[in-house]
Amino acid sequence: MSDIKNLKQYSKASERFEGANLLCPGCAHGIIVREVLNATNYPLLVAASTGCLEVSTAVYPYTSWDVPWIHIGFENSSTAIAGAEAMYKALKRKGRLYNDKEPKFVAFGGDGSTYDIGFQFISGCFERGHDFTYVCLDNEVYANTGGQRSGSTPIGASTTTTPAGRISYGKKDKKKDLLFIMAAHGSPYVAQVAPNKWKDMSKKIKTAIETEGPTFINAMSACTTEWRFPANQTIEMSDLAVDSLVFPLYEIINGRELRITYRPKNVIPVRDYLGAQARFKHLFKKENEHIIEQWQKNVDEYWEYLQRREEAKV
Amino acid sequence: MAEKYELQEIEVWDGNMAASHALRQAQIDVVSAYPITPSTPIVQNYASFLADGYIDGEFIMVESEHAAMSGCVGAAAAGGRVATATSSQGFALMVEVLYQASGMRLPIVLNVVNRALASPLNVNGDHSDMYLGRDAGWINLCTYNPQEAYDFNLMAFKIAEDYDVRIPTMVHQDGFICSHTAQSVRPLKDEVAYKFIGDYKPKNAMLDFDKPATYGAQTEEDWHFEHKAQLHNAIMNSMPVIERTFKEFEQLTGRKYSVVEEYMTDDADIILVSLGTTVESSQIAAKKARENGIKVGVVSIRVLRPFPYEALGRALSKAKAVAFLDRSLPAGAMGMLFNEGVSAIYKTDSRPVVSNYIYGLGGRDLTQNNLQEIISELNNDAKNGKITHATQQFIGLRGPKLGYN
Ligand SMILES: Cc1ncc(C[n+]2csc(CCOP(=O)(O)OP(=O)(O)O)c2C)c(N)n1
Ligand code: SF4
Repeated sequence: MSDIKNLKQYSKASERFEGANLLCPGCAHGIIVREVLNATNYPLLVAASTGCLEVSTAVYPYTSWDVPWIHIGFENSSTAIAGAEAMYKALKRKGRLYNDKEPKFVAFGGDGSTYDIGFQFISGCFERGHDFTYVCLDNEVYANTGGQRSGSTPIGASTTTTPAGRISYGKKDKKKDLLFIMAAHGSPYVAQVAPNKWKDMSKKIKTAIETEGPTFINAMSACTTEWRFPANQTIEMSDLAVDSLVFPLYEIINGRELRITYRPKNVIPVRDYLGAQARFKHLFKKENEHIIEQWQKNVDEYWEYLQRREEAKV
Repeated sequence: MAEKYELQEIEVWDGNMAASHALRQAQIDVVSAYPITPSTPIVQNYASFLADGYIDGEFIMVESEHAAMSGCVGAAAAGGRVATATSSQGFALMVEVLYQASGMRLPIVLNVVNRALASPLNVNGDHSDMYLGRDAGWINLCTYNPQEAYDFNLMAFKIAEDYDVRIPTMVHQDGFICSHTAQSVRPLKDEVAYKFIGDYKPKNAMLDFDKPATYGAQTEEDWHFEHKAQLHNAIMNSMPVIERTFKEFEQLTGRKYSVVEEYMTDDADIILVSLGTTVESSQIAAKKARENGIKVGVVSIRVLRPFPYEALGRALSKAKAVAFLDRSLPAGAMGMLFNEGVSAIYKTDSRPVVSNYIYGLGGRDLTQNNLQEIISELNNDAKNGKITHATQQFIGLRGPKLGYN
C-alpha cells in the first residue's frame, strides 16, 4: 500500500464522502469522516450509528456516501459491520464474491452510541475479533438529540440533562476512559486522534484500517453547536484540546505498548480550553473555580500516567 | 466445501433439530445467534454441524439477541443467505432490529420457538412473543409439528428471497410441545432441498463495490409514509408467492399446505380456529365431537402475515359458531387471533356467532376435556343463533371467571 497521502494527494483523491451534507457549519464530524475514507485506497464498507453523522448524510432520496453504507440503529453499527465482515469471509471461502476487491470494514458512532448504548456491542465485536475499525466521533455529548450528557461528557460541562444551575456546576462524573477499556480487550491497535493534527490522525487511521483484527480510533470531534464556540474555530478548539493535554494523542499496540504521538512544545493551561467554550462558562464563577483546579489536576495526573506507561512499555 | 451429511429416509427429530437441518441444507452463509430456551438447541445443533465440517458458512455467537439480529442485518445487506433463531425475551430484545430488517427488505429467516414473556419468568410455550413481533413487517409462517418446522423452513428461504418479495420471514413453532418432542420426519436429500430453495440472488449487495448502496437512510414525513406503504404492499403481494411455493413443495414431496388449512369444515356448524400445536388437539376434539353428532371443523392459520383475510373469511363463512383459540393474552383486550379473525369474518354475509377462548399461557396444557367444553358451548350458540356465554373466556384457569362479557 502507498504511504500516507500528502495534502496535494488528498485534494486530488476521489471523494468517497461528499461535501453535500447537512452537518452544521464547522462540525468536525465531516472532517474526520473524510479523512477516514481517504486514509487508504482500499474499498470500504461503512456502517454508521444513529446520530448527527447519520441523520445529516443519508436523508432519502439523497446520500453523501460514495461507498457502500449501512445504518441500522443507535447502538449497533459495530455488529452491523461485523455481520458484513462475516459475510465477506463466507462468500470468499465459497468463491461467491461479487468482485475481486479486498475490502476493509469501518463503523462510525458518536460518543453516545460508543461509550453508552452501543458499548456492549462493540465489546462483543472486539472479543470475537472481527476485522474492522471502529471510529468514535467523540463530541462528548448527545448532539443529535439536543445536547444531553453521555458517558464521555467531562466533569463540569453543562448539558441539557446535567445543566449548570443555581446549585449545580453541571455534570458531576468524569469522562469514561474508553481507550484503555478498548485496549484491555486485547485489540491490536487503539488510538486517540484529533483533526488539527491531521498527519498524525491520518497515519493512525491508516494503521488501524490496515491492521488485522478489531481496531479502535477515538476522534476528538469539536461540536460548535453544543460546545458553543464560533463555527470557524473548530480547528483552534482542537488545538486548545491537544495543547492543554485535555485530549492527549497516543496509541496502544496489542493492548500493551503505549506511545505518545504528540507532545506540545508549550502546554497551555486547561482554563484556556474551558474558557473558549460556553458549555464551561459557569465554571468561571467563583463558587465553581475549584472544578477548574480539579480539571487541571486530573489532566496533569493523567499525562504523568501516560508518560510512565510509555516508558515502562507495559 | 462442506462435508456430506448422510440422512435417513425417516429421521426422528424434534422441532429444533428439524429446523437446524433445514438451515444446514439451505447452506446459509452467515448465522448470527444467541441462545435462549427453548430455541437454544437450534443454535447448538448448528454449532455441532460446524464442528463436524457439515457447514461452510460463518457462525457468529454474539453477545445478545439484539446483536444477533444486528449481525444478521449487516450480513444480509452484504449480500448472502442469513438465518437465526430465538424465543421470548430474546425475541423481545430483537424487536427494534426486526423493524429495521424489514424496512431494508432483507430476506432473513428467523426461527421463533414460541414462549411466554416475563414477568413472571416462564420458559414454556405460548404465543406472546409471536404477537409482540406481529407488526414488524415480516412474513410469519406458523407450524405445528417437527415435519412442518422442517418443511416451512425450506419454504421460508424460497419465499423470503423471492426476487419480487425480499421480505424477512419468521417460522414459528411451539416451545417444547413441538421444539422438544421427537417425531418421525421425512427430510429431503440435501441436493434436492437446496435445489428447491435455489441460489441466493441479492439486490444491491453491499459487497458489490461497483454499485455502492446506501442502506437504512433517514426519512421524515416527506417519504416515510410511502416507504411503509410500499412494505405493506410488498407483504400483501407475497401471498401468491407463498401459495405458489406451497404448490411447488407439494409437487416435490406430496405434502400439501395452504395459507388457511381447513379440516372437516365443509359441513361444519362449529369451527375452532387455532394455531400451532393446538391444531392437532383441535382436530382430535373435532373428530370426537362428530361421533356425538356435533358437526365440528377446524381452521388453522398457517400464515399470520400477510394476514389471510380473504381465505379466512371464506373458510368461516358457512359456520354458525366460531371460536378463536388464543394462546396469548393482550392484557386488556380480546385475543389477537380473535381480533384479526373477526375482521376477516366481518365482510361475509352469514356472520357466525364468534367467541374467544384464552388458554395455555406459560405452557399450561389444553386438554381434550377443555376442548369438549368449548365445543359444547359453541353447540348452544349454533342452536340458538346467538351467543350463550361470555364472549371471552379463560379455559383451564383456576379461580373465578374472567374476561370480557
Ligand atoms: C435505541 C435508541 N435510543 C435513543 C435514540 C435517540 N438518539 C438518537 S441519536 C442520539 C444521540 C446521539 O449522540 P452521539 O452518539 O453522541 O452522536 P452525535 O449526535 O453527538 O454525533 C439519541 C439519544 C435512538 N435513536 N435509539
Ligand atoms: S450538532 Fe455538533 S456534532 Fe451535530 S452536526 Fe452540529 S456541530 Fe456536528
